[in-house]
Formats: sequence, structure tokens, C-alpha cells
Amino acid sequence: MDTLNKLHDDALAAVNEASNAQALDEIRVKYLGKKGDITAQLKSLGKLTAEERPAAGARINEVKEAVSNAINARKAHLEQHALAEKLASEKIDVTAPGRRQKTGGLHPVTMTLRRMESFFTNIGYDIATGPEIEDDYHNFEALNIPSHHPARAMHDTFYFDATTLLRTHTSPVQVRTMESSQPPIRIVCPGRVYRCDSDLTHSPMFHQMEGLMIDEKVSFADLKGTIEEFLRVFFEKELPVRFRPSYFPFTEPSAEVDIACVMCGGDGCRVCSQTGWLEIMGCGMVHPNVLRASGVDPEKYQGFAFGMGVERMAMLRYGVNDLRLFFENDLKFLSQFN
Amino acid sequence: MNFSEKWLRQWVNPSITAQELMDQVTMAGLEVDGFEPVAEDFSGVVIGEIINCAPHPNADKLQVCEVSNGNSVAQVVCGAPNARAGLKVAFAEVGAVLPGDFKISKAKLRQVESFGMLCSEKELGLSENHDGIMELAADAPVGTNLRDYFELDDIAIEVDLTPNRADCLSMRGIAREVGVLNDVAVSEPAISPIAPVHDDVFPVDIIDSKGCPRYAGRVLNNVNVKAATPIWMVERLRRGGIRSIDPVVDVTNYVMLELGQPMHGFDLDQLNEKIIVRRAEKAEKITLLDGQEIALNDSVLVIADKRGPLAMAGIMGGEHSGVSENTSRVFLESAFFAPIEIAGKARSYGLHTDSSHRFERGVDSALQVTAIERATQLLMDICGAQPGPVIVRESADHLPKAAVIELFADVVSSSLGMTLADEVISQILTGLGFALLDTKPGYWKVQAPSWRFDMEIQADLIEELARIYGYNKLPVTAPMAALKPQGAPEQETPESAIVDRMVSLGYQEAITYSFVEPAAQKAMFPKKEGVVLANPISNDMSVMRVSLWPGLLKAMLHNLNRQQDHVRLFETGLRFRQEEKGLEQVQMLAGVVTGKRLAEGWYETGEAVDFYDVKGDIEQMLALVKGVNFEFVPGTNSAMHPGQCARIERNGKLVGYVGALHPTLAKDYGFKQNVFLFELRLDRVLKSELPVFQPLSKHPASTRDLAVVVDEDVSVSSVMDTVREMAGDDLISLNLFDIYRGKGIDSKRKSLAMGLTWQNPSRTLTDDEINRFMESIINTLQTRLDAVLRG
Repeated sequence: MDTLNKLHDDALAAVNEASNAQALDEIRVKYLGKKGDITAQLKSLGKLTAEERPAAGARINEVKEAVSNAINARKAHLEQHALAEKLASEKIDVTAPGRRQKTGGLHPVTMTLRRMESFFTNIGYDIATGPEIEDDYHNFEALNIPSHHPARAMHDTFYFDATTLLRTHTSPVQVRTMESSQPPIRIVCPGRVYRCDSDLTHSPMFHQMEGLMIDEKVSFADLKGTIEEFLRVFFEKELPVRFRPSYFPFTEPSAEVDIACVMCGGDGCRVCSQTGWLEIMGCGMVHPNVLRASGVDPEKYQGFAFGMGVERMAMLRYGVNDLRLFFENDLKFLSQFN
Repeated sequence: MNFSEKWLRQWVNPSITAQELMDQVTMAGLEVDGFEPVAEDFSGVVIGEIINCAPHPNADKLQVCEVSNGNSVAQVVCGAPNARAGLKVAFAEVGAVLPGDFKISKAKLRQVESFGMLCSEKELGLSENHDGIMELAADAPVGTNLRDYFELDDIAIEVDLTPNRADCLSMRGIAREVGVLNDVAVSEPAISPIAPVHDDVFPVDIIDSKGCPRYAGRVLNNVNVKAATPIWMVERLRRGGIRSIDPVVDVTNYVMLELGQPMHGFDLDQLNEKIIVRRAEKAEKITLLDGQEIALNDSVLVIADKRGPLAMAGIMGGEHSGVSENTSRVFLESAFFAPIEIAGKARSYGLHTDSSHRFERGVDSALQVTAIERATQLLMDICGAQPGPVIVRESADHLPKAAVIELFADVVSSSLGMTLADEVISQILTGLGFALLDTKPGYWKVQAPSWRFDMEIQADLIEELARIYGYNKLPVTAPMAALKPQGAPEQETPESAIVDRMVSLGYQEAITYSFVEPAAQKAMFPKKEGVVLANPISNDMSVMRVSLWPGLLKAMLHNLNRQQDHVRLFETGLRFRQEEKGLEQVQMLAGVVTGKRLAEGWYETGEAVDFYDVKGDIEQMLALVKGVNFEFVPGTNSAMHPGQCARIERNGKLVGYVGALHPTLAKDYGFKQNVFLFELRLDRVLKSELPVFQPLSKHPASTRDLAVVVDEDVSVSSVMDTVREMAGDDLISLNLFDIYRGKGIDSKRKSLAMGLTWQNPSRTLTDDEINRFMESIINTLQTRLDAVLRG
């Protein structure tokens, strides 16, 4: 029996010292293999009496199991240890920046235009576009601005020849839409427009978004409702809005729309020239001459039109203080909107 | 148009503050641009009279004056050379405060005591004039506060009038408007016909009645042009933005400011035989009042005499026929010129005058005789003029007809979205001067007043109603419309999706000008003629872009010059080309790329972006256009490196280019790193195919690898096209996984390695079948492209 106890103790000591799976396997073979030391003990049972045999057999099996369990436990322990080591060795610094391409982004004018467009497309307007090199007829004549009209002086027009010009507004797109379709018409016309004027607050090229709604019963009250909602949604603020009589040859009645200055809240500041108001767009009921010129019956249909400068809206929305930044394309400016 | 508040209040005086008045007219459509006090702040300045003037005992340039303020006499030392006994002066007494918070106190100048100061206009902030002390009129009441005398507690209000409201280019017009807005009576100055005191007339012959439907004239004798214009008139002119010149010019300008009728005074002794109103003859010349000589053309209306043109009608008078200091007989002109005849003429000569501004917008056609009577009275009062009879030449056929307009209450309601009471409508219309010709419930027939020549149709009247009633009192409603939206076709890739993908691929959107510098564009596209602007802002913005590249490269340069060496820009927009079929305006997508392959960081190996990076971006973008195959074939483009330029095609049709900027151009720009460009016609990109479902095969796929060696000038696409052609319909994927040059390969050849995958939807392909495909691929590559299987 002493031999068995010694084998038991020796085996467990060896298991505890084993540092890898191979060493454990060797221990298994040495003690539990077919020719192993403990297995050999079973063969010695034949020398015992029949009375002694069961107890001795059980005792040997106990030792066998204990050694086998110890091996398994040690194996599990070693595996766990190895995994922990592997995990530790695979640790990375997750705070280092990710591997990537440079971040791209939309131009703030495009961002603003999309915001503006989405308000109108959400309420059933379509987007219409047209040529930028236009003819005199679509830019002026069809809009009730004959050649001698003093309003032409309000548009500093770029000309190519006597009848070809860069559009001064996106209104020609409205004309072209009315020429090619019948009411109901609900469109917005975004795009580049050009005026022969360049200083701190004027760019020879800028963007406009105009809109047109023509149907049998569209009133000035509807125009006011549409514009007020648009401004509320665009600026995400309840802003005081006022409609001021004005003059455009293509609308009657005509209005300028002012909002309470978004910078000072109406108290008066540099941006609003101390008036507390910002002029933000022109609008009005489409002049019957304009409808007639484009083949829409003014006896049956009426509607409104409006137009606003996109850069101005972007400046107010994002606090940009210099119009010229929009066309310099300096990445330090553009990336601020990414 | 600038005007004095005090003057306005003499015409019409509602009980509202100046600020309320300005808000009110702004909200009625006469936008107030601003206002200015007519004088700076000062106090303690009275009208004084110099009783005596003696030389200063200790200074050559100073005088010692005794100045009366009406109650007492003070000793004042003064340096102005024009100080003299008997002069009425602006006297700042001890205790006065001048502009700039300059306090006047007792002082000693070279041992002589001085109690106060005699002021120049500049010292009072009235003008820049500092030639001497102000010389007041002989009848100026001594002791009166100068501010009261000049009515300096006043503001000049500037209104920015829209072109349709020429009727408000006068005090009379503004007053009428303020009267209606406040329902307050307007008191006009009394103007009555003046009986002639002699029979002198000067004949007027109107040849162009269309241009000049009415011409009123009058001879004034014994006009003392040396008389001083009264201070009140000078001040009103000044507050209206007009400088005083001589009494005749001042009076004509004053009547223009007051009533809105531009007038002209001729020196009658310079006129020959008669006034003729006619078109100028070609190349006829005139020297204008401002001294410049102008060659006229036959579109210009002139006032002439027998010798030639005297004035450009309604624009500016001539030099030699104008009133001068020697004039004693004046011929006064008050005419109505048709706006369409004047419009644009002044501008075409680079001129803009108060007169042309009014005539081209329109003057009240009933005003000419009233204005001449008014001017006559003023010239009699100021210059002692002796009037002859007024002569009027007119052509009734050519005078504007007052519009007769019908108005229906239901149209008012449907247009404004609310009903205005009949009484309100009647009241507004009559208040604005419309004559009610007929009315019944819900109906009006009115005649527009002669000054509202902008009134033509019912919509004009509706605007007037809305304007006077108040735009902001009109209701606010949400429009009603049928819910019938237009769907977006799925077989058209939205441009916004393309733009968004470019952003995802790390491109920054730019917006560059549509007009560019001609030389830079010419260098890139020597054979393309850009459309040229007739009146550009400057040479570097004078020709329309034939490509988006010149603008994008300029933007790239801007950034490279500012320590940004990694630039990826794109833009969408029109390019403009004169093609055989005419002008073509096509929406493009273009980009420029330079710098490292990835964003700067610890991970990047310093590799610069190359052609395949950019091509890969284009492929990623074009992948949005579903079911369409775009081919990249070797191409040539004048802006690109001849060996690194791909032409992008769709069914053989040119879509665009991608490639490296031509090294010569890169050098011209000063780029030190490689620059890649791309540009595609979006009109040829966006149409796509609807995806069509294919059943998924349950059978296993078979794969083979293939490596062949071909000559360098055999293109990858020709090899892959041949493989596809010979691999049968079941080839589902072909992937080029290696291009190898170097050891083991002839130096003029390259090895291409591809992975091929076949799969049949309904059965498993056998090895034999696949082997047969491989065999025919290899054989065809061999015969067609001299390809050798790589062992």
C-alpha cells in the first residue's frame, strides 16, 4: 500500500510541475498508460487473497482517477493560462486613430440647398432645372420685363450678345416649366445665377432657389403660410416674419420678406444694419402677363412665386461672415461643414 | 430719394413719431434705407451781428470784433478774413457746445480777451466749408438760436423707391402716401395761374410728339440771377441731396423735389429763333452742362434751336444755353417726355441725373403747367422775374391715357385669401386718388389718377388694397392641393446619390466660378473655343468654362499654397461648349486629386495616390448606376498625360476621362506632386437598369486559376475580354489577382494571374467541362494575344 501512496504523491507532484500539454501526456503514459506504474499495481492484485482484492482494487482505481483528474485539471489550467497569455500579447491601443481615407464633405451651399429643397419636396413640389446661358426672352421678356423697363437696371446682366445672357435669376426655369406643362404646378428651381457685380457683399455668381405654385385657388394668404412655415422649419425657430410691399415686374402683389435678425434676435446689430430685420426673399402673386406669356390662362389659374439667395441663407444658418469664402474653396473653410 | 421730415410735416402731419413714420412708409412699400440728422449736435449758437471790427493789436491775422446777440455786445477775437462790420454771423457764445463736445469758454488770445467764437460751416458740422465764417442773410434775426433759424432739429430720410413708384419721387408724392396711410388731410402749397406782365413768348415746335407729348414754356424777363436763394430753400435742397447753384437752377430743382416735375431754364438770349423738339441727327454733338462733349445718335430726343441741340431732352442741358451769371431773360421749360423715349438713354451715355431718373420712370403727365406756375411765382419772389404768358404745345393723342380698371370683390377675396368690406375698398381707392366711375355691391370701375401711371390691371388695384390695408394683417393659410406626387424613376440614378458617394470616397465638394481665365483654359484645351462674355467683371472671369478642371485646379493650387498637400476636390455643374449643333450646356461631375493614398496618419506608408486609386473611386461611383458596364479604354485628352489617360465609354459613347494631369501643365501650375483628374458627363451616366432577380444556384461552383505571360502592350482588358468570351455562359466571376513583372519574366512582358469561377444554376459542372473551357481559353489567348501559359 505504501507503494501506491507514493505513486499517488509522486504523480500529483509531477502533474503540478508539468508546464505544458506534452509533459502532461508523458505523465499520463508513465502512471496511467498500459505499462504505467499505477496500471502495473492492478496486475499485482492477483497476489492478494479474494477477500483483500476488492478493497485493494477500489483503492487503486481511486488513485488512478485522482491522477487522471489532476492531469485534466492541470491541462485546463495550462490552456487557460496560454489563452490569457495570447490575449495579453494581442492587446492593441484602441485609442490610436483609425486607418482611413480623408473625410469628404458637401459644400455648405449644397447642404443649404438640400435643406431648402427637402422642405418643398416633402410638401409635394418637384425640382426643376434649366440652362444658365439663357435668352433675353426667358430671362426678361416672358417675365414682364420688356427691354426699356427700369427693372432691367436692377439686374446687372452679363451678356454674350444682344439676346444671349447669363440668367440673372432662376425664373426662366419657371417660364420653361409653364410653357411645357399645365397647372397644377408646384416646383422649386435651384441653381447658379449671375450678376455683373462684385464687392464685399456681392458675388458675380451665386445660387438662388425660386419656387412656383399655380393652381385654381392659390392666394396671397397661401403664399404667406408657405413662406412662414418654410422659415420656421429652415431655421428651426419661431421667428417673427413680416411681409413688406415691394415691386417685381413678374408678380402683383409683390412682397419682400423680412425675418427678425437671427444674430441679435431683433435688437439691432451689424448684420441687420441696426434695423432688427433681415431681408430674406422676394415673393408675390404671379403677374397675369407672365401666366399668359407662358400659355397659362390667368382667368382660370393663379399662383405665387418666391425666390431667395442660398448663400445668404447659409450665412445666416451657419454664421458665415464673408460671402467670398463660398467660392475660394479653401479646405480650412469647407471642412468646417464636414 | 431723400427728404426732410420737417418739410413733410408741413404737407401732412400725422401724430406719430419720426420712427413710426419711417416704419409706416417702409411697410407701405416705400422702404426707408436710413436717416441722418441734418446737423450735428451743438448748442448755444445764436445769430449775431458784427457791430465793429478792429485789427488785433498783437497779431496781423486776427481781428477784434464787437458782436451783438440782440441784448448785449461781446468782444470776440476772430481769425476769419471775411469778418467785417455789419455781417450777420453764427455766434457761439460763452457756454456754447460745438460738435465734438467742444465747449466755448472765455479765452485770451495774444493778451486780448475773447467771449465766444464766430463759426464756419465746418465748425458747426454743416458742411466741409472752412473758407471763412458763415455769412448769414442780411435779414437774419439777431439773437435767434441758429438751430431754430435753420430748422436744424430735423432728419433727412432716405427712401429706396422701387421703379414703379416714380410718383413718390417728390414731397407731394410722399405726402399723399402718408396722408392715405394715416387718413390725414394733405395741405398742398397754393399754386395759382400767374397773370403775364408782358407778351413776350418764344416759339416752340414739337416735331417728335411721341417723345414729347407736352411742352410748356414761359419767358421771364428781368431775372436777377445774382439774388441769393433763400436759406429755407437752400436747406430743403441740401436735405434732398441737392447743392445750391444759382436761384434759377435752385428753383427748378426745388419744384422738382416739391412736385416731381423736372424743369430746365434756358438763357433766352442764347436761343436762336425757336425751340424744336426732335430726334438728334446722326453724329450731332452737344456739350453738356458738366462740360463733356457727347456725340448723339438718332435714338436720342433733343431740345434744339435753329442752330442745333440745346439739351438732351429730360436728361441734361447744354453748356452754352444754360443760365449764367450774365443771364437776365430766362426761358423756362416744363415738359412731359414719354418714359420709353428716355429709358436707358442716359445710361447708354454713362449719365444719370435727377431728371433722367424721374423721366425714365415716369412723371405725372398733368403736372407741367402747375409746375411752371409754381416756379414762376418763386422766381418772381426771389429774382424779381417778370413773367410772360405760358405757352403749351401738346399732342392729346400721345399723352398717356388714365387707365380705367374694373375691380371685382370676389377676385379680391380669391387673390388675398380674405374678404375686404366694400366700404374699405372704396375708401382706400378714393384715398389714393382713384376716380370712382361706377360702383355697385362687389364691383368698382375706377380711373387711375394721372400720377399713378403704374396702374393698368385689376391685380394692380389688389396690390394697392393689400398695401394700404397692411400685408401683415392679411391671413396666413396652408395651401390646399391634391396629393398627386410625381414618383422618381428608379432607372435614373439621382445626382445626389453620386455626390454623396464622392463624399463617402473622401472627396470634398467645391463650387468654382462658371467663368474662368481664358489663358489657363486655352492651355488645357487649345482646340476648344469658350463662349466669351461681352461685359466680364475682369479678364480672369471672362470666358465660360469648357470643363470644370480649370476652376478645380485653381482651387487645388489655392490649397497647396496654404500647406494642404492632400487635396481631393470634386464639383458638379454645367460646362459650356460651342458645338456644331449649337451651344451645349452639359451637367458634369469632375474632380482633382493629389497627395497621399490615405489620410495622413501613423498607418500610411507615404505612398502617393496613383491612377488606379482614382480609377477605383470612379468605379465605386459608377457602381451606383446599376446594370451598366462602363469601359475604360486608352484615350487622349489635351489636358492629360498621354500614357495615363483613360477614356470612359458606355456602349462606345464617350462619357468622360480619368487620368494624370499633363506634366507640362502641372509644371505651369507649379505642382510638385502628381495630380489626377476626372470628368464625366452626367447626362450619359445616370440612366441605369432595374435589377432583375436570378435564382440562387444550389450547385457547387468550380474555380480555376490561370496565369499567362503577355507582351507589355497587350492590355489587361483584352486578355480578360478573351477569357470571358471563351469561358462560356456559366462563368460567374473573373478576378485579376496579380500583375507581375520581373524575375523569371522577359523584361518586355508581364504575367497576369486570374481567378475564374463557374457555376450553373441547375446542375453541377464536371471537371471535363471546366477543363475544356480552360483549354479553349488558353488556346485563344495564345493565338490572339501571343500569350504563354506561365509554368
